Amino acid sequence: MIEVRNLVKKYGSHIAVDHLDFTIEDGRIYGFLGPNGAGKSTTMNIMTGYLGATEGEVLINGHDILKEPEEAKKHIGYLPELPPLYMDMTVREYLEFAAELKKIPKKKREDSVTEVEKLVKIKDVENRLIKNLSKGYRQRVGLAQAVLGFPEIIILDEPTVGLDPKQIIEIRELIRQLSKRHTVILSSHILAEVREVCDHILIISKGKLVASDTPENLERMLGDADTIEIETRATRARIRDVLKNVPGIGQITCEDGKDGVTFARIRQITCEDGKDGVTFARIRQRRGEDVREAVFRAFAENKMTLLTLRAAHVSLEDVFMELTQNDTVPDAFARRKNEAELTDEIAQGQAENAEEIMPEEDESRKKMISGGDEIESASGAEWVETDGEGDETNAGDL
Amino acid sequence: MLAIYKRELKSYFQSMVGCVFIAFLMVFTGIYFMAYNLTAGYPYFSYTLSGSLIVFIVGIPLITMRSFSEDRKNKTDQLLLTAPVSLGKVVMGKYLAMATVVGIPNVIFCVYPLIIKSQGTAYLKVDYISILVFFLLGCVYAAIGMFMSSLTESQIIAFISTFGVLLVLYLWDGILSMLPSSAVSGLVGVLILLSVIAFYIWHMTANYVIAGAVEAIGVAASVVTYIVDSSLYENLLSNLLGRLALANVFTDITSNSIVDVTGIVFYLSIIAVFVFLTVQSIQKRRWS
Repeated sequence: MIEVRNLVKKYGSHIAVDHLDFTIEDGRIYGFLGPNGAGKSTTMNIMTGYLGATEGEVLINGHDILKEPEEAKKHIGYLPELPPLYMDMTVREYLEFAAELKKIPKKKREDSVTEVEKLVKIKDVENRLIKNLSKGYRQRVGLAQAVLGFPEIIILDEPTVGLDPKQIIEIRELIRQLSKRHTVILSSHILAEVREVCDHILIISKGKLVASDTPENLERMLGDADTIEIETRATRARIRDVLKNVPGIGQITCEDGKDGVTFARIRQITCEDGKDGVTFARIRQRRGEDVREAVFRAFAENKMTLLTLRAAHVSLEDVFMELTQNDTVPDAFARRKNEAELTDEIAQGQAENAEEIMPEEDESRKKMISGGDEIESASGAEWVETDGEGDETNAGDL
Repeated sequence: MLAIYKRELKSYFQSMVGCVFIAFLMVFTGIYFMAYNLTAGYPYFSYTLSGSLIVFIVGIPLITMRSFSEDRKNKTDQLLLTAPVSLGKVVMGKYLAMATVVGIPNVIFCVYPLIIKSQGTAYLKVDYISILVFFLLGCVYAAIGMFMSSLTESQIIAFISTFGVLLVLYLWDGILSMLPSSAVSGLVGVLILLSVIAFYIWHMTANYVIAGAVEAIGVAASVVTYIVDSSLYENLLSNLLGRLALANVFTDITSNSIVDVTGIVFYLSIIAVFVFLTVQSIQKRRWS
């Protein structure tokens, strides 16, 4: 178990880690997630005793990493961002050196080195010099070094960087295997990886811990409504006409597909023109309602075909973007949580919220709101135009 | 510690640096041995060694330059510092490996007095003591070089700075003769030295109080001493700094056959100080 208490690391006036506070329980896989420069590596370096913290403490199984470094470090295997390899040694020599450093008894040394070599599949290159190995193999040698002696806690800093897809899958498999006997902490900026492997995610942004939960809970927290994606062979104006009469749809936004579609974050429909006359639309339904059937009927009644109709869940990407792209992240996240409980909020208020959350999209949001003057209300749905030009083209199509 | 020692020693011979150093030293000593002992018939091997001293000044930085700067650059220090080994042991492991590389040619040197003996009179006692002191001097230089290497990420900078320091120490006697000997200049010199020490304390601890206190107490003490008895300050600088001419202990043996035991203790203390400073400079890097 690792307890991180009020950890601060300053480089001069730059704060790399800002009052981090969390506990790592035994026997689970933890994922450190955050954009580049968020402080993931620094935190890991402090946890493993490579760097000293400006404030705060790290307890490894009750041993303070600074006060009892030797005792605490015995419980940790660490693979840093750049594997710490001696290029002039062979794989076998290197691992034996690492085993001796980790104070593995002489009798067991040979066996444990062979065991990890088999585990990460580097047995066949054991007599080659490390400098002659490819990036993927070097990464594996570094991983072997971290796993060597099977310490209780294994900390891996971006373990799959520079590997090919097959190797990535192998390493993920290995991490899952390890988690049966060990606590594994890994860092990554790749969401898919973290979601697939980890039991628990810690999202770090600008040195602060902005979220800590299971991947499912994180997605649930943000997702106050599910999204429906449809594809149909019709113009956007036509889609709007059809959907206008469907109850349960909050706000509908039609955007031009050309200039990077902003994905819908509120209850709304986003339309996107495909190449061959197929239009793609995302519909955000109100919480607790399932409008799929109604959408299907509406299209059927108008004798239009739906090429696709599927429910899409809020992805971890959305959570990640939401949490890491703003200074007032924790507030925004808290507001999101509250919002989930308020079902009947009006679209206008949400648009304002969205504006606060995503300042970089100010332009498009403002357009959307100014377009709100023309809002026509029909059967509970509100319409917002974002791009007049696109609509003219569509009108032409009609 | 043993693991690091073995790895470092192996790496010195795999990367050829160790071999180059030993070969370099052997070749030069061989030339001097040929010229002084074999051709000219001078029976002291210690005299030959004093000629080889200049080789140390180039050779030692060569073996110390990579000790810590390479680790830092390749990030292999992450392996050493996150392993359950104390920093002191890491430093000692590396230092002992360097000392061993310095020691190997000295072991070979032990044959030379025997060659002289086989041809006539040899002064074995003087020769063997001079080889021992020569080795210790090498260890002192290595400790200085290791400290320099721990300060930088660049091997080149480590090499040049170590070379510079060793060269200044080598020429120290000449530099000292230019120092003034009056009491006032002695006081000024002491104050300058004190300020340097205070600045170093501040640099390491970032604590104004400690550094300021050291400076204030030191200044007060030296000024009071000066007022009470100014004759103490006469020739103080050259006496004080004269100790820094490290090679003097060695050259005393080679030229006058005088063994200065305090000098040997002095060597050992310098080694201890620089090993300690190396540990401190690495510790400091972790905290900044």
